[in-house]
Amino acid sequence: MTNVAVQAGALDVGSQANRSALGRAVSAVTSRLVIIVPYLWLLVFFLIPFIIVFKISLSQTAIAMPPYTPVMGLGDGISGLFNQLRELGIDNYIWLTEDPLYFNAYVSSVVIAGISTFLALLVGFPIAYGMARAPATIRPTLLMLVILPFWTSFLIRVYAWIGILKPEGLLNQFLLATGVIDEPLVILNTHAAIFIGIVYSYLPFMILPLYSTLEKMDFSLIEAAQDLGCTPIGAFWKITFPLALPGVVAGCMLVFIPAVGEFVIPDLLGGSQTLMIGKTLWNEFFANRDWPVSSAVAVILLLLLVVPIMIFQSAQARAQEQGR
Amino acid sequence: MNASWSRFNITSIVLGFAFLYLPIVLLIIFSFNESKLVTVWGGFSTKWYGSLFNNRGLMDAAWVTIRVGLISATVATVLGTLAALTLTRYTRFRGRVLFSGMVFAPLVMPEVITGLSLLLLFVAIGLDRGFLTVILAHITFSMCFVAVVVQSRLMTFDRSLEEAAMDLGAPPVKTFFQITLPVIMPAIVSGWMLAFTLSIDDLVISSFASGPGATTLPMKIYSQVRLGVTPEINAACTLMIAVVAVGVIAASVVNKRREVQRQRDEQAAQRG
Repeated sequence: MTNVAVQAGALDVGSQANRSALGRAVSAVTSRLVIIVPYLWLLVFFLIPFIIVFKISLSQTAIAMPPYTPVMGLGDGISGLFNQLRELGIDNYIWLTEDPLYFNAYVSSVVIAGISTFLALLVGFPIAYGMARAPATIRPTLLMLVILPFWTSFLIRVYAWIGILKPEGLLNQFLLATGVIDEPLVILNTHAAIFIGIVYSYLPFMILPLYSTLEKMDFSLIEAAQDLGCTPIGAFWKITFPLALPGVVAGCMLVFIPAVGEFVIPDLLGGSQTLMIGKTLWNEFFANRDWPVSSAVAVILLLLLVVPIMIFQSAQARAQEQGR
Repeated sequence: MNASWSRFNITSIVLGFAFLYLPIVLLIIFSFNESKLVTVWGGFSTKWYGSLFNNRGLMDAAWVTIRVGLISATVATVLGTLAALTLTRYTRFRGRVLFSGMVFAPLVMPEVITGLSLLLLFVAIGLDRGFLTVILAHITFSMCFVAVVVQSRLMTFDRSLEEAAMDLGAPPVKTFFQITLPVIMPAIVSGWMLAFTLSIDDLVISSFASGPGATTLPMKIYSQVRLGVTPEINAACTLMIAVVAVGVIAASVVNKRREVQRQRDEQAAQRG
C-alpha cells in the first residue's frame, strides 16, 4: 500500500511540473475557498455572537427595543468609544452574586447533571459491554438500535415520559395493579423525573463512545486474569475499566456538558420548583425580558463549562490522531 | 464467542433496549386511543389523526418546519463537507486550532447559549427575526454535525485514488467530483439526514431565532404540551416518528445495497 502511494507521489511531482500555471492558480483558489467559506460562516454565526453576548452582559438594562443600552458603537469615533468604555459595567454580574437564586441554580444544575451522568454511566456500561461481546453478526443491528431513538425528536421523547410518570400515569397504574404499591408515587415534578429524563435522552451519547472503546478490547485479557486467580470483579476494575477509560471520559462529557444547560427536561419533567440554569436563562430572557442579565448568566455558564469542553476537545483530537 | 455472551450480557441488552423503546412505543399506542384521557385506554380510534389534519395551526407549523429542514440541511451539508475537507486535508494553516474548536464546540454547547447568542447577533445586525433567521441558526449548528460525520469517512479514505486520477491528468476540481465525492457520498447523505432531523426536532434554538410567522412544529407542540398532554399531540408525534423512521430505514437499505454492489464489483475486478 505505501509502495503504491510513494510511486504515485513520485509521479505526481512529474505531472505537477507539466500542469499549466493557470491550473495551479485555479487549484490554489479552490483550496482557499474550501477553508474560507466554512471558516467565515462559523466566525460570523458562532464566534462573533459570543462576543456580542459578552458585550451585552456588560450593558445596562433599558425599557426599549432592543431592551438594553448599546455599548461600543463605532459611530462616534475614538472619543465616543472611550466614553462608552467608561459606561461598561459589571453591574449584571454583581446582581448575579447578590441574588442567591442564580448561585443556587448554578450549583443545582451541576449537581443534577453530575448525578444524571453517573446514573447514565451505570445504565450505559452494561449495555455497551453486552453489545461489544455480542456475536459480530448482530453488532451492527444492535448499534443501529441504539442510534435510532436519537433520530426521533428530543421533545417527543421527553414528552412521552410525562404520560408515564404522572400520578395517574402508566407507571403508577401498572404498579398499583400489580400490588407493588398502595398509593401513587409522586415522580413527575421531582428531581427523580429529571434524572430519568436526562439518562433516557442522553443514553445513546454514553453508550456509543463506550462501545467503540470496548469493541476494540482484547477480551482474552480477562480470561488470562481469571486463570491467574483474579475474581471477575477484580478483573473488571483492573482490566476492563482502565481500558474503557477513554470511552468513559468521552461519554461522561457528552452527557454532562449539555445536561448542565438543559432546558426542556427540567421545564417539562421538573415542574416549577426545580432550579436549573438553562431554565433560569430562558425565563430571564422570555419572561423578564432582561437581556443583559440573561447574557451574564450565559457567560458564567460558559465559563463553568470551559474545562469540561476542553477535556472533550482534547479527547476528540486524540481520537483524530489515532484514526490517522 | 457465543459462549462468552453470557446471560448477564443478554439481560442488560434486553433491559436497556426496553428502557430506550418502551416510552416511544407507549406514546404511539396511546395516539390510537379513543378516550380523551391520554393514559386511560378507551378503545382503538384514528380520530385524533383526523382532527390533526384539520388543525390549521399545527399544519402551518409542520409546513414551516419541513421547508426550514430542507433548506438548512442542504446548505449545512455543503458547508459541513467543506469543513470536513479542511479538517482532514489542510493540517497546517493559520487559525486551524480555532477552526477545529469552532467545529467541535457546537456539538456539546448548551442550546440556550447558542440560541441566545444567535438572537443577539440578529438583533445587533438589524436582521428581522423570522423564517430566514431560523434557517441561518439551523445551518450553523447542524453543519458541525455534518462535518464530524463526513470527516470520519474522509479519514479512512485512500488518497492514492486521488493521486492516481491527478497523475492521469485530471485537475483537482475534476478529481474531487469524479473520485472523492462518489466515495464519500454515503457519509454526505447520512450527514444531510442528520442535519434534517436535527432541524425538524429543534425547539430551543428555534425559539430564540424565530419571530412572528415562523413557528416551527416543535415550538407549537411545546406550547401545547405546557397546557397538558393531549391525544392529538400523541398523533402528531407519532407521525413525526414515522416520517423519520421511514427515512432512516430507506437510507440504510440503500446503503446496504450499495455496499453489496461494491463488494460484488471488487470481487469481479479481482477475478478479472
